[in-house]
Amino acid sequence: MSERTPVPIGTAESAFDRRRRLFGVMFAWLCGAATLVGVAALVVLLVDVLIDGLPRLDVQLLTSFASRFPERAGVRAALAGSIWLLVLTAVISFPVSVAAAIYLEEYAPKGWITKVIQTNIANLAGVPSIVYGILGLALFVRAMGLDRSILSGALTLSLLVMPVIIMASQEAIRAVPPTIREAAYGLGATRWQVVSYQVLPMAFPGILTGTILALSRAVGETAPLILVGAVGFVAFTPRGIMDQFTVLPLQIYSWISRPQDEFRELAAAGIIVLLLLLLTMNAAAIILRNRALARR
Amino acid sequence: MSSTVGPGVLAAKRSRRLKEGAIASVLFACAAASTLVTVGVVAALLGETIGFFREVSLVEFLTSTRWEPMFRDRHFGVLPLLSGSFLIAAGAGVIALPLGLLTAIFLSEYAGPRLRRTLKPVLEVLAGVPTVIYGYFALTFITPLLRVFLPETEIFNAAAASIVVGVMIIPTVSSLSEDALRAVPDSLREGAYGLGATKLEVSTRVVVPAALSGIIASFILGLSRAVGETMAVTIAAGNLPNLTLNPLESMQTMTAYIVQASLGDTPQGTIVYRTLFAVGMTLFLATLAMNILSQWVLAKFREEYR
Repeated sequence: MSERTPVPIGTAESAFDRRRRLFGVMFAWLCGAATLVGVAALVVLLVDVLIDGLPRLDVQLLTSFASRFPERAGVRAALAGSIWLLVLTAVISFPVSVAAAIYLEEYAPKGWITKVIQTNIANLAGVPSIVYGILGLALFVRAMGLDRSILSGALTLSLLVMPVIIMASQEAIRAVPPTIREAAYGLGATRWQVVSYQVLPMAFPGILTGTILALSRAVGETAPLILVGAVGFVAFTPRGIMDQFTVLPLQIYSWISRPQDEFRELAAAGIIVLLLLLLTMNAAAIILRNRALARR
Repeated sequence: MSSTVGPGVLAAKRSRRLKEGAIASVLFACAAASTLVTVGVVAALLGETIGFFREVSLVEFLTSTRWEPMFRDRHFGVLPLLSGSFLIAAGAGVIALPLGLLTAIFLSEYAGPRLRRTLKPVLEVLAGVPTVIYGYFALTFITPLLRVFLPETEIFNAAAASIVVGVMIIPTVSSLSEDALRAVPDSLREGAYGLGATKLEVSTRVVVPAALSGIIASFILGLSRAVGETMAVTIAAGNLPNLTLNPLESMQTMTAYIVQASLGDTPQGTIVYRTLFAVGMTLFLATLAMNILSQWVLAKFREEYR
């Protein structure tokens, strides 16, 4: 910019400065447009699914089992399977993850062991979900003999979501101000008393939100469950954790794979049910968090 | 101990210490269990992978150009699957890296706090939509659209897969890049403004270079997500192992092969069962290498400001 001559205030803008200003405006619009591409993609995707699926969405869809005939098929087994899996995964992964987060934030000494654990958790969060499926197949289905059961699926999904819940919980625990801890220690509280009476209640809303977000990722997972043997065609709702099962995303996948247009419609209707389930979970997360915040 | 402390108090103290110790041990066990998961992943993959390489030479696996494990005349060349995975990821990168970076610049440098608070959750939703839905969208919307303009596009094609995977990883790139951009201290921006720079010049010549390590790390992480993506590419790109550069043709990725093989009947001990683990190991190593590279770039080239 050495050729630039100073322009006294109040004089007309030079051609060079006008070009710079114009480029600036164009770049701002470019950045805004790029942001809108993502938003627009989401809108188009949702509208496409709604147009295809809404005509097929009715009560019968929720009450019928899978069928060879598209007009009689429904998501009953898949919806039940998804909910079973969701609850079981939450029960398994939540306590272990929160305990691990408490250890890392409140107990862990600074040292190589802690560093290894922390790095490992970050790396686990980046492992593709299908690799967890392979682990589930080798460990739970074959080695432990749990077979193609809901339990195998829930254990696999638990391993998948634990790194995410641990990291979210750590963040929530870290956000509790240290003065709270120091005051409690000053009154003679033990470490566990500080954690259980002071830190956890304050961090709980954050932990809850992180957990529900991680679980909604689990509800949308398909690939690892294909590996542990969930199938696309189940004509009963599960009665126990050792039963065979299917889940909504897998049911949708099996409908997408069929060539007939009627099954495509069915798949779109199934997607709407899945999205409604996810929406409910996220709404629940917001309500629970607000309640926890209000109680404080 | 002074004589005023009776034996009851001592016992209470001891039991309290025992309880505290027990709790600490349980918490440590939970944290340490996460390392066992990694050990489990490696052990599970390694066992059957070794079995696989007893039957198939490593040379064939890495150099043969045909992947036909289920035919009578079997070929176990992983190259078609590798090229499928990386081509689709590269195509996704062409979409997501520029869009993600521009989005990050917009959110960090241009958007006001209120606009940012509305836009960010919407973009996060993009990453939260189940991938099977992206597959449906690719097959029923993107592919027909492509065929309007390029009639030679096959029903299952890599381009549609790349497009939806690209959209899917925009938030990964944009949110990590935005963190990096926002970490650049304002004094740098103010210095540049003071020298008479425009906002464009400040953003592209000062802030982006200062945040470059974080931006590149977000690019690598986004591509690693794309390589590991499964359902969208399985549905959109199909199941044809195909060593080609033509994005309008069907291709099979490593992840899609794993799905295809595990949907069929693959009894334990057969060579097809073992291919699951050999391909899974390749996928695991590829994504792990990318994730470690991303962390290394972040640590090594970080510009520290204080």
